Formats: sequence, structure tokens, C-alpha cells
Amino acid sequence: MSGHKEIDAVTGAETTGHVWDGDLKELNKPLPRWWLYVLYASIVWSIGYWVLYPTWPLVSTYTHGMLGYSQRIEVARDIAAGKESQAKFVAAIAAKPIADIEKDPDLMEFVLRGGAAQFSNNCAPCHGRGAQGFKGYPNLNDDDWLWGGTVETIERTLRYGVRSGHPDTHDSAMPRFGVDQVLTSAQISDAADFVRSLSGAKADPAAIERGKGIFAEQCAACHGADAKGNQEMGAPNLADAIWLYGGEKSDVVETIRTGRAGIGVMPAWEGKLDPVTIKMLTIYVHSLGGGK
Amino acid sequence: MKLSHAIFEKNSLVLLIGILIVVSIGGLVEIAPLFFLGSTIEKVQGMRPYAPLELVGRNIYIREGCYNCHSQMIRSLRDEVERYGHYSLAAESMYDHPFQWGSKRTGPDLARVGGKYSDAWHVDHLKHPREVVPGSVMPGYPFLAERKLDASAIAADMKALRLVGVPYTDEMIENAVADLNGQVSPDSKAGKAVLARYPKAQVRKFDGKADEAATEMDALIAYLQMLGTLVDFTTFDAAGPNLR
Repeated sequence: MSGHKEIDAVTGAETTGHVWDGDLKELNKPLPRWWLYVLYASIVWSIGYWVLYPTWPLVSTYTHGMLGYSQRIEVARDIAAGKESQAKFVAAIAAKPIADIEKDPDLMEFVLRGGAAQFSNNCAPCHGRGAQGFKGYPNLNDDDWLWGGTVETIERTLRYGVRSGHPDTHDSAMPRFGVDQVLTSAQISDAADFVRSLSGAKADPAAIERGKGIFAEQCAACHGADAKGNQEMGAPNLADAIWLYGGEKSDVVETIRTGRAGIGVMPAWEGKLDPVTIKMLTIYVHSLGGGK
Repeated sequence: MKLSHAIFEKNSLVLLIGILIVVSIGGLVEIAPLFFLGSTIEKVQGMRPYAPLELVGRNIYIREGCYNCHSQMIRSLRDEVERYGHYSLAAESMYDHPFQWGSKRTGPDLARVGGKYSDAWHVDHLKHPREVVPGSVMPGYPFLAERKLDASAIAADMKALRLVGVPYTDEMIENAVADLNGQVSPDSKAGKAVLARYPKAQVRKFDGKADEAATEMDALIAYLQMLGTLVDFTTFDAAGPNLR
């Protein structure tokens, strides 16, 4: 190629010197100079990276660069900056009792927005984005509470969960009246008729009467003689037409038969979320409409 | 003869060798050092190989293509850390063959999903995702609850993983089937043995059907519930050789 310069007669351009099939030649059309200089400049620029940033691997370590750049330092700094910008609010939330926080509109703005964000990340998968709940997962908008709807009880449930395995968790189990043959199918049917009648459902009056006796004997200890429930034990109010596992006859029979207990598990959030976040979620949930 | 690229252009074998040399420089500089650099895998407390039930669950996760929509890699960015928890460490996937980092998220990242939701939620959600997450586009996997667990390949699977560096002991491989069934039998001797061999293992019936044999649902939930729970972050120091 090098050595002699051959000029193509038709175009007047230099050829590469390659010849195919006896007379087929290739014109030498080099890259534009400016393009080439950009390439050289970027090679020189890369040397700057070698000096400033972590680049070259050595045997058991690598060159760290003069800037000491690290993605892990960077994210720690970002998180610290985020914390710093919220520090005023976070400190106030940590220091004040919930009743005082609820009286402070500026602080509440922060608590409710932050609480909503934390709720969608951590709580919404079970309780729904609008906290409306699903079958087996309580609605948090209404005033029917399993373990209490005051700020203290909500915070406790958030911290330690329900049947979560945490030592301080809420724990209770409804007996499996059918599975363990405490009641016969007919008795379960009567008890279901009675319980549903408390919320206005129609059934054979004789069955309701029989169910009333069974309820007093088997159910009242936890759910109360008036069936209004007991939040100490997480025993739901059965007289308010709000049903965790459905209010159809077949749902209530299934609940009495299997107890459903041990199914309803809420994780303990202490340790997963920091205390201020738990406090914010407490206030958020309390504010949804049913807070006592 | 003067050194000229005409040598390469006129001899295809020389060209081939030349290409191999140039390409291997890239590999030598970018890949080989990772085997020698002290900081490639962080020094952490708590990592252990997967217990047999978790390993079978992981195989189901891969079989069903969960990785197509879910990553297992929390990046070191503030929004990721605030949503999902501590950024993922290389050490946390050192026993993963293949790793499940992924780069596409149709669903959320699962690197630390362990313990975030209850077992019952996972059962409901895996069977019919839209019953608990109305906007979800995830397909349902109701058949997992019906399919009995096939444990026949578990010991062979563990042996294969040992060949590529996962520290399964002979004892672990001998007891693979016993451990697999033990992890769904809380309060049993086999259940305690699982915990002794695999610290932090969660021993319970994951699908809520206490009296029935282990299903694929059990295995998959056992895997999901342990994701991201092993490393003890109270003793993890992001400084020194763990700094990137």
C-alpha cells in the first residue's frame, strides 16, 4: 500500500493500492481530519479518567483515583442529604406526642404525604391502595377495628404485627369448630344463621333461636354476649354487617368450620421501618376515617 | 519485510489469531481481575447456601420465568434504597447460579421481598394477582398450589452447584430430601435439623395447608420469604474493602 501513490485517472483521488481481478481498484477516502482529532482528543480525555476515577485493576486491588469516587459513598451522601432536608419534620415527629402532631397543620401535611407514600409501598399490597382491604385483609377506612382503632393500638399493631412471630405480636386463634368436630354441620349452620341475623340477614327463626344458644355457649367468650367483639383478643364485632371473610352464609359457615385463624398474618414492621415512619403510618391510618 | 497490515489481510489464519489476541485483551482487563480483586465480593456475615426447599423454589422461580419481569438487584441510588431497602451486595448473590439480577422491571424488585408480606398474601397473590392488586398485569399461577413437590433431583442439583463453588457439605447433600420435607414440618426433629444446617431458615408450612404434603407453592414462597434476609446489615461496614 505505502510507498507509491497512485492517482485514479477518473476521479483524481488517491487509491489504496489494492487491486482485485486485475484492474479493480479502491479509492482511498480517509476519515475527515476533524473526526480524527475528536478521536485523539477523547483518548487524551480518558487519561484524565485514569487519574481521577477508579480504573485500572491491579493484582488484588485497583487504582482508586484522586477524587476518591465511590457509588456507595455517593448514595450514602444522597440519603444523608434527603434526611437532612427532612430533619426538621422528622425530629418534631419523633419528639411530639401524636395528639400534638395532629394539631400542627404543617407537620400533618408532611406526615400525611409521607405516610401515604409509605402506605403504598408497604401496606397497599394487602390493604389495597385506597386502604379498602380485600377478603381476608381488613378495610382500614371504616370504624370496625380488630385490634383497636386508637393511635396507641394502631401503632402497636404496626410495630409488632398480627401472628407475625414477633414476641409482642397480637396473637389469637379462633377454634376450628367444624374441622375439630366441636360442632356438627347442622349446629354450624344454625350458628351462622344467628350471626348473620345480627346484621339483618333473614333465616328460619327456629334456626336463629338454636344458633343463639350455640353462640352463647361457644362464641360469646371471645366475641362477647352481645357479639360486639373484643379487641383485646382481636375477636371481630359480628353485629355490624362488616365481614372480613365475607358475609354470605357459605362464607360464615366456612369461617366457623375452619376458624380462618392463623391465616390472618400481618408482618411486624419494627426493625423494617424506622420508628418515625411507623409513627407517620399510624397517623395516616388513623386519619383515614375510622380512627377512634 | 516491513510490518504491514497486508500480512493480516493476505493470511486468514494470521488474521484470526490477531483477532483472538485483541479480543482477549478486553477479557483479560475487564473480567480476569474480578477473580483476584479482594473487593469483588464483600465480606459479610450471614450468607449461606440455599436450603433444599428454597433451592427448589428458586428453580420454580426460574422455570416460570419470574426473572422476565422481576429484578433482584437494588441499585445504589437513593430512590431505590428508600423503596426497597439496602442496596444489593455482590455477596448476596454469590451462591446464585445463575444470578437473578435482571435489568427489566415490569413488576417490583424482589431482592428484599422476604418478610415484607405474609405467606397467605403470597398464596392469594400468586393464585390470582388481581384479587389483591387490582392494577397488576402479572399472570396467575394457581397450579402451583396443586402440584406436589418433585424432590427427586434435589441432591443432584446440590452436587452440581457444589462443582461451581457453592459450599454444600456432604452432610447437607445426604440430608437434602429430609431437609426439604423438614422445612415444612415445624416443631419436628427434621425441622430443627434444617435450622441447624441452614441458619435463619424459616421453618413452617408456607401455603397454609398444614396437614398436606409440600407443594410447589410452599417451595416458591419459602424462596420469596428468604430473599434478602440473610446478610446481617448491623455488622456490615460499607467502608474499607467493601467500598465501591
